[in-house]
Amino acid sequence: MLRGAFKELVRYPSALAGLVVIIFLVAVSIYTVVTIPYEEAIRLWRGGEEIWGDVPKLAAPAWFNNFTAKKRPLTIKMTSDDEAGVERKQAQVSDALWTDDVVYSFDYPYDDFPQEIAITLLAEVREKAPYVSVVWVKPDGTEVRLADMAVEGGKRVYRVSQDEKLGRKLKLPENVNPVVGLFAEDPAAAEPVPMKGTYQVRLEGTLFEPEDTLQSKLVVYGTVYGWAGTDHLRRDLGIALLWGTPVALSFGLLAAMGTTVLTMLIAAIGVWYGGWVDALIQRITEVNLVLPVLPILIMIGVFYTRSLWAMLGVIILLSIFGAGIKTNRAIFLQVKAQPYIEAAKAYGASDWRIIFFYMVPRIIPTIIPSLVTLIPSFVFLEASLAVLGLGDPVLPTWGKVIDDARANGALYQGLYYWVLEPSFLLMITGIGFAMLGFSLDRVFNPRLREL
Amino acid sequence: MAEQVGGPAPQGEQRGTGARGAPSTWKRLLRYTLTRLVALFITVVIGVYLTILIANMGGYVDEIRRSQIREQIAIKFQNDPAFRALPPEERQKRIDAEVAVEERRLGLDQPFLVRSFNYLKHALTLDLGRSENMTSDSGSRQVRLIILERLPATLVLFGTSQVVLFAIALFIALYLSRHYGSWLDRVFVALSPLSSAPGWFYGIFLILIFAAWLKWLPFGGMVSVPPPESPVRYALDVAYHMILPVMALTLSSIFISVYGWRTFFLIFSSEDYVEMARAKGVHPRAIERRYILRPTLPTIITSFALGVIGVWMGAPIFETIFNWPGLGRVLFHAVQLFDTPVIVGSNVIFAYLLALTVFLLDIIYAIVDPRVTVGGGRQS
Repeated sequence: MLRGAFKELVRYPSALAGLVVIIFLVAVSIYTVVTIPYEEAIRLWRGGEEIWGDVPKLAAPAWFNNFTAKKRPLTIKMTSDDEAGVERKQAQVSDALWTDDVVYSFDYPYDDFPQEIAITLLAEVREKAPYVSVVWVKPDGTEVRLADMAVEGGKRVYRVSQDEKLGRKLKLPENVNPVVGLFAEDPAAAEPVPMKGTYQVRLEGTLFEPEDTLQSKLVVYGTVYGWAGTDHLRRDLGIALLWGTPVALSFGLLAAMGTTVLTMLIAAIGVWYGGWVDALIQRITEVNLVLPVLPILIMIGVFYTRSLWAMLGVIILLSIFGAGIKTNRAIFLQVKAQPYIEAAKAYGASDWRIIFFYMVPRIIPTIIPSLVTLIPSFVFLEASLAVLGLGDPVLPTWGKVIDDARANGALYQGLYYWVLEPSFLLMITGIGFAMLGFSLDRVFNPRLREL
Repeated sequence: MAEQVGGPAPQGEQRGTGARGAPSTWKRLLRYTLTRLVALFITVVIGVYLTILIANMGGYVDEIRRSQIREQIAIKFQNDPAFRALPPEERQKRIDAEVAVEERRLGLDQPFLVRSFNYLKHALTLDLGRSENMTSDSGSRQVRLIILERLPATLVLFGTSQVVLFAIALFIALYLSRHYGSWLDRVFVALSPLSSAPGWFYGIFLILIFAAWLKWLPFGGMVSVPPPESPVRYALDVAYHMILPVMALTLSSIFISVYGWRTFFLIFSSEDYVEMARAKGVHPRAIERRYILRPTLPTIITSFALGVIGVWMGAPIFETIFNWPGLGRVLFHAVQLFDTPVIVGSNVIFAYLLALTVFLLDIIYAIVDPRVTVGGGRQS
């Protein structure tokens, strides 16, 4: 039966399209789980500054540059230990004075300004903090003295965007990021344009003890990053998109299967035993109709636990006694009237044997399409819970990304990629399964075949 | 739902003329309404009780009551100058003593089962307590008012969109059943998987296109700020803000509804009695109305009812996306503020609303079901 059904199925183009989408999603899931194991994903998604520190905030995907005339900058990162573009000179000036000069050189061929410039200084000292001067050199030779600072406490981070004095020094208008002043040809212009060429950052370090060391890191934060962009916490959205796939698929599949199987069993039991069992199931179904699913989930999410798997259990529990019971019951009633059931009773088959071996197999053809069509609703339900802020607190899921986007006003700020990427994935998941489900429906339910 | 209708009427009653048949059918309708009402009431009671059980398994409903009592007593004592003169430990002891008395009076020291029925009684009379952080539009902190004051906004939005959806879907489904196989037919069938996405999902896209990009329609909210003075302009303003949400709700349900109903119409229009009517020369519109629409309407209404219920459930997210000041958004805010009384109260009111929806649709079903003719008799 199955092979005939499959042959029948591939005649429908929508079924093929659906299958392609599902296979793609399953492949992505397997790839994700293998390359970024669970703990790694959690670490990347929740980790601290070491993971996110050098990543720009709210950056669009890097491939945007292929479609826009204005090329946006990628992030440029250099440390004092690098070889390319870094010139380092260490010398001893006197008994108690050492110098450690580093000159960073980088090319800037982009049409738009970077988001931020951060210079991190790390010093290992015995007592006296080293002293560092930072000078910025534009391609046309203009020098700007950025800062003179002591590296107190072993670490000092200098961020250009937070340096108000610099803004005033460069005579920038109010509310303009000082970074613009360091890159623009004419900072005071209405629409400034960055100067292209080779920029240099000169760090002149002075150390006061023989064994002291001084390391530095220069990060020029771009405004595009990676294949998916970043969010407001500098996290690579790609991780959430990739890991959201297995989460969504497994959640949808488990919920759909759990609901379908349990609905089928309960309907079968009700029909077979009849009498008060059947009536009880009917009453429970009616009560369940009145129970508001999402508000109850909200209550559980707020009061008890937001764990995805707990939610899964509750969702299945609330979904079993739904419309599915009525349709399953109608079919089982038909099956019960069949002569082979009577024959089975005659030869002494136990109730369970009849239910499992005679009744359930009859309903499987109708169950399969509804199961597949049910999967998208659960995928979207998980996304709904995440948008409400009740998503699993640990797992990165698509719904979580949409929630973050909404909470941070992505649509108002024009950060469309943030909303569109997870939405697109949700959409193709939903459509993929729905297309397959509809075609399965037409294959397994002949009444609809001509239609 | 078919089982609840009081069986097919004996032939004699149904064939009566309007004058003779009407009282008996009205009586039947009345009896049906009452039985449904009672059944639904029992269902609501059980549903609300389950809600209370869930909420109080973690003792949250208890906490609501306890903190309310404590607050009331503290306020009472604040205004007593003699009390304020006492040292802090003495004050605390007095408050605790009063709280204990009050709790005993209200039965809060009794076992959970007894207490839960107490809550049930309160919940059924909509005495849902006072909120922790939220305030209603009229300045009250009664949970009941906080939620119910937002009910009209939700009803306006969802009611309108459901009516629009029903009308459009019915019209298109009938049209498609007549033009089976046309390109429009195939388009709708092909697009039916699009209905797996909920309304709020489409809402995001519509906002993106029409508000953010094209700037034709507002981002959300129910009225502009400041709201127009005259009632007519106010109504128009609300309608203007309703365009996107209604569109979103319609988009998310229309394809699957049209697909299902049109299939149903097609199955029914191939029945023998329809062929007979066509052979008799009955006008096609009359055929549609009497022979196809009438028998299928109960099933269509059933499926529509389930759709409406589904839409109710999506209200919290939907209203938040569109910033629509309704029930759903109240629940959303309550979640963000962790306002327990409002969350629990919202559940109770949602249960009521669901029951009401089911009830109304049952009534409509009973009226529409040909076995319960209200006008009485056959039309000739």
